[in-house]
Amino acid sequence: MTFLHPREWMETRPEGLYCKPADVFIDAHKPVPRVIVTHGHADHARPGNQWVYATPATLDIMQLRYTDSAWHRSVALDYHQPLCLNPQCSPKQQVTLTFYPAGHILGSAQALLQYAGSRLLISGDYKRRPDPTCAPFEVTPADVFITEATFGLPVFEHPPIENEIAKLINSLALFPDRCHLVGVYALGKCQRVILALRQLGYDKPIYLHGALVKMCELYAKHGIELGGLIAVNDVENTQSLAGEIVLAPPSALNDRWSRKLPNVLTAMASGWMQIRARSKQRNAELPLIISDHCDWPELLQTIEQINAPEVWVTHGREQALVYQAQKMGYSAQALSLIGYEDEDSD
Amino acid sequence: MEAFSALLERLYFTNSKNTKTAVIHEYLRDTPDPDRGWAIAALAGTLNFDLFKRALIKSLILERADPVLFELSYDYVGEMSETVAHLWPNAASEKEVSLPSLSEVVNTFKQADKQQTRDYLVSLLNQMTPAQRWALVKLGTRGLRVGVSARLIKRILADYGGQDVTVLEQLWHGIEPPYTELLAWLEGRAEKPDVSDKVTFHPVMLAHPLNESQLDELHLNDWQIEWKYDGIRVQLVSTPKGMALFSRTGDDISASFPDLLTDLNITGVFDGELLIINNGVIGTFNDLQQRLNKKKPSKKLQTGSPAGMVIYDALAIEGDDLSTATLATRRQALERWFDTQNDQRLLLSNQLKADSPDALRQLRTQATDGDKNAVEGLMLKRRDSVYTPGRPANQWLKWKREPFVIDAVMMYAQRGHGKRSSYYSDYTFGVWQEAVLVPVGKAYSGFTDEELKQLDRWVRQHTVGRFGPVKEVEKALVLEVAFDSAHSSSRHKSGIALRFPRIKRIRWDKPAAEADSVTTVAALIG
Repeated sequence: MTFLHPREWMETRPEGLYCKPADVFIDAHKPVPRVIVTHGHADHARPGNQWVYATPATLDIMQLRYTDSAWHRSVALDYHQPLCLNPQCSPKQQVTLTFYPAGHILGSAQALLQYAGSRLLISGDYKRRPDPTCAPFEVTPADVFITEATFGLPVFEHPPIENEIAKLINSLALFPDRCHLVGVYALGKCQRVILALRQLGYDKPIYLHGALVKMCELYAKHGIELGGLIAVNDVENTQSLAGEIVLAPPSALNDRWSRKLPNVLTAMASGWMQIRARSKQRNAELPLIISDHCDWPELLQTIEQINAPEVWVTHGREQALVYQAQKMGYSAQALSLIGYEDEDSD
Repeated sequence: MEAFSALLERLYFTNSKNTKTAVIHEYLRDTPDPDRGWAIAALAGTLNFDLFKRALIKSLILERADPVLFELSYDYVGEMSETVAHLWPNAASEKEVSLPSLSEVVNTFKQADKQQTRDYLVSLLNQMTPAQRWALVKLGTRGLRVGVSARLIKRILADYGGQDVTVLEQLWHGIEPPYTELLAWLEGRAEKPDVSDKVTFHPVMLAHPLNESQLDELHLNDWQIEWKYDGIRVQLVSTPKGMALFSRTGDDISASFPDLLTDLNITGVFDGELLIINNGVIGTFNDLQQRLNKKKPSKKLQTGSPAGMVIYDALAIEGDDLSTATLATRRQALERWFDTQNDQRLLLSNQLKADSPDALRQLRTQATDGDKNAVEGLMLKRRDSVYTPGRPANQWLKWKREPFVIDAVMMYAQRGHGKRSSYYSDYTFGVWQEAVLVPVGKAYSGFTDEELKQLDRWVRQHTVGRFGPVKEVEKALVLEVAFDSAHSSSRHKSGIALRFPRIKRIRWDKPAAEADSVTTVAALIG
């Protein structure tokens, strides 16, 4: 059959990226009849869709978040398992979906769509650093690679997570009477920070804001062992949290909630912490540069390894990455998709 | 240099003044002279020379980074030093090199010629971590902002030596970096530095805005009422040892206004407003604008827009110290002295009369740029107030005239700098001329942090074009813009320039078609 370039069968619609022959959206940000969800962050996985295709872990996350409105019907698809999205059509018209690990958070996947002899790889959000909370990113060949560009500027070079966690542990030693309140996103960042603390030998209980408890339980059910966790609500005397680590969603850092904690030192774990002014905007006294996205060198490394002749760049700082990919000899363009948050917030 | 960089890191990320104080005290205890004195100078902004120029930094980074990626990065980061700190290629060597001391760095640059400056800077940047590079560039271009004001530094130094901050303030302009004598005195190892032969700045007294709800409770007899002039607050210090003109922050700006100081035959410390005064007539703010930021004004500019001073207070007149006298006493002395003057460049700020709150309100409506040039409101000063540096409560009050308000449409947005870096926080807005929008100004304040996030999101989702760092947005959002005055301007397409425009309200509900027109705004030119 004749080769059809993905630009012939994909389009951007107000709801998001759309695959015409399979009549399916990818990470739509409005309710649609059929959607492929790459991972559980709220700007990619939204409630109210009819049919959802996602990995089992992503479906669990959506179920936890959205309960009854998570979907009408769902299809759980493991990594590496091809699935025909339109079996009612003739073999030539069929679109196949295969998930590959994206290394972003638990259950995160790259979606490979194969149709009419061509391969389109949608990375979703991804990273290349080791992360024991999820399966590592796999390099898959493609004709067109859609990459995110959250940290798509050469100023972004994330330090090793051990360095950043060591800063937190050193600070605890330096200020043993201060409660170290660390802002983390509930899904992914929270669990990764906990595991990194464990790997550096921090074996005391870690205290959690109520909004983080259920997600940690979900990770535990998926076999991610996080060690002793205690909800701050279950602590009788919050003054006893001096010198302890408390994790909370970023929105709670400067909220009334944190005022009950003793002598707080505010830390924030995010890739944005590399930029001073962003740390200031968060009022973070201890910025921890920990990201669940690629930094600039990793974005370039991934584009080279996948080596798709054409690269489409979406949410983030597209302009610089498009420019650099073109310099590297790839045909590159920005794919303007609205609705994704600038932050890996959820 | 490592210790200095570590100091800046800790200060930068600390919000509490007490912690900043503790951090600086610790640094002063642990760091030898003259390093610690240079650090103080860097923090207080009293280094009086650039170690190297911004242009050099820029040319060095462009030799090492792609120009397009540099521009995009700079636009995003919002600050040159940090962009350079991150983009500078990391040296391959693994071994830790120890950096020269802060004073060695300062002295080496001070003595270096152009080529040596370049080489030394490159070798330092190559050896440094990103945080250290940031510290060096900030130090070298004197752009340090780590949330420690000059005033706070003086307070911290005073605390360090158990002295009163006012003593520090009096000394401050008579001493120089690296402050070895000062620190020796603060540590009780030497006498107080002698500054009696120096022309020094006396920290100025500032006003609080009048709380209008309390207006009816004021006993107006207790208050001296004057126009609030719209010029540059200055302090003129003239002693037999010399003469200097200081800005309200204590910068010596004498060189910018030679026409005011030449052959001026007065002695004392005078507080007032620098304005354009032509044969005894005050010029408009527009006239004064020509003189702002001109370090060496041309003869022509000096003749065309001559500088003068409206005097409203004095801390000393011809040897009489008035610094502990009440305003009523100072005013008497000032009036007596002014009667003996006939210099055309000096005017006395007149006292106004208002015996009721309504009369005061009436006066305020007359505070316009139009027939009373360069007046922007009223000042109320307690007659029994002693001249107190800083902003003491309830002593001096300012009451600016009502701002003008228009409904304009957002046209372009640009990222902010500093605290707002990477948010779209600078908005160009326009009003209608027939069916076309023409820009009339730019605003970047007046909204809350929460509103900033909403505006930023709106800009990102309604972008229709890009011109470098500037985003053009859909012409759909109405901003209620307040401003102090409108002037005619040949630089703007609309022919109008607004003074200090800020966003008063975001009119999410109002259709763009109902925004104001150029004609409406032009009618406000006064």
